[in-house]
Parts: sequence; C-alpha cells; structure tokens
Amino acid sequence: MKPRNDVCMNALKRLGAALLIAGAAAGCATTGENPRDPLEPINRAIFGFNEGVDKAVLKPVAEGYRAVLPGIVRAGVTNFFANLEDVWIGINNLLQGKVEQGLGDVMRVAINSTFGLLGLIDVATDAGLEKHNEDFGQTLGRWGFGSGPYLVLPFFGPSSLRDGIGSMFDVQADLVVNIDHVRTRNTTFAVRTADRRANLLDASQVLEEAALDKYTFTRESYLQRRRSQIYDGSPPREEESGAARPQDGLRPARAQGHDSPWAPEARGEALPHALIQSALSPVLSASGAPVSVGSTASALTTSHPEGNR
Amino acid sequence: MRFLLSLLLALTAAPAFAQATPPDALVKSITEDVIQIIRKDREIRAGNPKRIAEVVETKILPHFDFARMTRIAMAVNWRRATPEQQKALTEEFKTLLVRTYSNALTQYRDQVVDYKPLRARPDDAEVTVKSEIRQKGAQSVALDYDLERTPAGWKVFDVKVGGVSLITTYREDFAGQVRESGIDGLIKVLAAKNRSGETRKPAS
Repeated sequence: MKPRNDVCMNALKRLGAALLIAGAAAGCATTGENPRDPLEPINRAIFGFNEGVDKAVLKPVAEGYRAVLPGIVRAGVTNFFANLEDVWIGINNLLQGKVEQGLGDVMRVAINSTFGLLGLIDVATDAGLEKHNEDFGQTLGRWGFGSGPYLVLPFFGPSSLRDGIGSMFDVQADLVVNIDHVRTRNTTFAVRTADRRANLLDASQVLEEAALDKYTFTRESYLQRRRSQIYDGSPPREEESGAARPQDGLRPARAQGHDSPWAPEARGEALPHALIQSALSPVLSASGAPVSVGSTASALTTSHPEGNR
Repeated sequence: MRFLLSLLLALTAAPAFAQATPPDALVKSITEDVIQIIRKDREIRAGNPKRIAEVVETKILPHFDFARMTRIAMAVNWRRATPEQQKALTEEFKTLLVRTYSNALTQYRDQVVDYKPLRARPDDAEVTVKSEIRQKGAQSVALDYDLERTPAGWKVFDVKVGGVSLITTYREDFAGQVRESGIDGLIKVLAAKNRSGETRKPAS
C-alpha cells in the first residue's frame, strides 16, 4: 500500500471497526430507552471519550487559532476548504438527481477557484450561486435508506449506521486526505480541523447552556438536523412534530410507526436500491456486520408513514 | 341609528385589529426591530445581560406561547404533572429558553435575514414562517417559526434552527430526567441550570 493512503485507510479501518461493533451490537438488540438509540450505553461511553478529546485538545487549539488569526484570514481558510468540499457536494447533488444544484456546485468551484483566488474568497455566493450542504449519508437518505441506529463514532462524533457508511465514502472522496505529500497532508488536515472546530465554538457554547443532558440533546438535534438536511430544509411534518394540535402535549412522545430506526427517511425512488446494494455489499460483507442491505432496501419501498396533512 | 352604527363599528374594530398583523409580517417586524436595536447597541453585542434581557422581555416574549412550548416538550408527562408542577415547569422552561435565546442574540453580527413567502390559507390556525439567515462566507441557516392563531394575535410556539426544533429537542431530554427522578426532579434540574446561568459571566 502506498503511504499516501495511510491516513485515509486508518480512518476507514477505525470507522469500519466502529460500525462493525455497532452493527453487531445492534443485532443483539440491546434495548435502550430510545428505540432509535439501542446502543445508548456504548454511545454514551464514546461520547464521553470524544468530549474528553475535545476538551483536552480540539477546543483549546481552536480557541488559540481564533485568538491568533484575524477574522479575514480565518474566513479565507474556511472558504478554501469549503471550495474543495464543493466538488464532492456537487457529485452528491448529481447522485441525488438534483441536476440544477449539482451544476451550481460545479460552477461554484469553477468561479471560486479562479476569480476567488483558489477558493480563498467565496465570490460565487455573491454571484447568486448558493452554497449547499451534501454528503454521502444524505445521498443514501435521499435514496430511501433510513438512518438505522444512532451511533457516536470515535473522533467523528454523532452519526448513524447509514451516515457512518456514508462517511466512509466521504473520507475516500476527501481531497485533503488524498494529498500525496505526507507532511503537507498532515498540516492541511490539522489546519482544517482547527478551523472547523473554531467555527463551532459559539454553537457549542449555546449547546452547553441549553442542554440538561448534553448526550440526549446532541442526539435529538443530530437526528432532526439530518432529517432536515436530507429534505433540504423542508421535511414533511412528523406525526410527533410540535406543530400538530394544541393538545399534542398529551400525546406520547414517540409517534407510532415513526421510530423504527429503519423507517425510510425519504420517499424511496426504487431505482437506485439495486445499485447501492451492490455498491455496499462488499463493505458490509468485509466488515461482517449482520446487516442485510437487501432486506433494508426492500423495506424501503414501503410508503412513508407521513404525518403530513 | 347613528348610535347603533358606531356601536357596531366599535365592536368590530377591536377583533379586526387583533387579527390585523398577519404572521409573516409579525415575525418580520419583530426580527427587524430586534436587529435594529442590536445594531445600535454596543452593550448588547458585548454581552451585557441586563440590556439583552430588556430587549427580549419587551420585544420578543409577548409573542411567545411558553405554556404550549412546555406542553410539547413535556409530551406525555404533562398530564402526569399537578397544576402546580405545570406552572413551575412552564416558568423554569421559559427562563431557560429566554436565556439561551438571549445569549444567541449576542452572537449576532452582520447577518442578513431573508423571508420566504408565506404558504398558508387565510383560515389556517397554524402556520410556519420561514426565514433564512445569510452571512458572508458561510452557508445560510434556516430559521423557521411555528405560529398559532390566538384571540390575542399570532403566537410563536416553536422555533427551528437549521431544521432543529428548539422545543421538541427537549422532549427526550425532559423524559430522561423524569424517568430518573420524577417531575419534581426535572423541575429541580431546570431550576439549578437556570441559577448556574445567572452567575455565569456574559459571553465574550
């Protein structure tokens, strides 16, 4: 194996191992309090570990990064990496059949890489080309895959079985991880990590203030956020959504039929299932996870129990 | 006859006024109001808690239905609470939400808020007003308000930031606390959280 792939492969291996454990444990059906989070005890442990890493390393580094560099430089760094990401975002938009958005992303990369001085300035947004947020987990969701059990991955943070599998593709497609020169790659990776965490400092402060139990709050936010992202900001109303009836405070917190972690997130278009099934089967069989993509995929063709009125 | 006419006018004028502000216009005017104030007020941006509390209390609170928010967040446990507990829960949850919201306000810099056209029928009892916060060099964040029609005008009962509901996110959090230590336990945790927030130094 060429050394350039070391970081990438290690990350993938770690992720694969985490998914393997998670998948295996999901198979054992450890019953947690929340049907969407059957692995809560394990997840909580990993969440605690991640918090520790964040507190000891990431957050202090990000605070230093924010203190040392002027805002305009940090904006340039953020824009630079955002421009690299737009490539993969565009591909995902195209994979989801959103041709207009996908072409918009391609245009963004073209404009920002040239007029935007290699991506340091986001001129495309000013030109009316909106920045999107896509990843392979969202693409899988768009294709009809439910999130599966909620997972907290070491270092990667909140995820789900579907999004974790998606992340494996995201890491593969990550241009930074694929840089040839080792030292350049490591430095670039470190700068991007610091920049990302710095951009989240305010948000994590709000989370700290708002949550009673940070783990639960993070999980609920993550699941809602992903659902919203898959529908590009306008998910159908859920049965349990607060926007139901005035007396909905009297309803059980968990709506019927919606809490199965395997419930399809988006209305599945039948076509890509076979495709994705064949694409994923080597991954799953290699990891030995007791997850039948076939059964998931076939379950996905059932209609979505929407609470949409 | 004339007297009757004026009486009729007087009677119809009051409810007409209460319904005069449509929900999207209401959200827009509150937001623009608050943004104007923050833009002018250095102390708010510096995190002066007193000044922020003033703005939130006078401009924002009157348009929020905290009782309904608490009911949604409590879900099935609402019915299990006594009226006194319900009152305490509403009070503490209100304080927590106001504080979180206030601190988020201090982080406002020069974002622009865009409003999406309202999709609702005139007789809808509940509507969602969608807006988007745009900031240079960052992806825009969706900010949606759920409002209900009440005799006193439209009231906000949920706010969604980037698709994440401020209220339903608390459901599992609250349910967990109740499972662990009952409704009184939840009230205690909320109160402690609120007290710790008071002594916290304002965000830099």
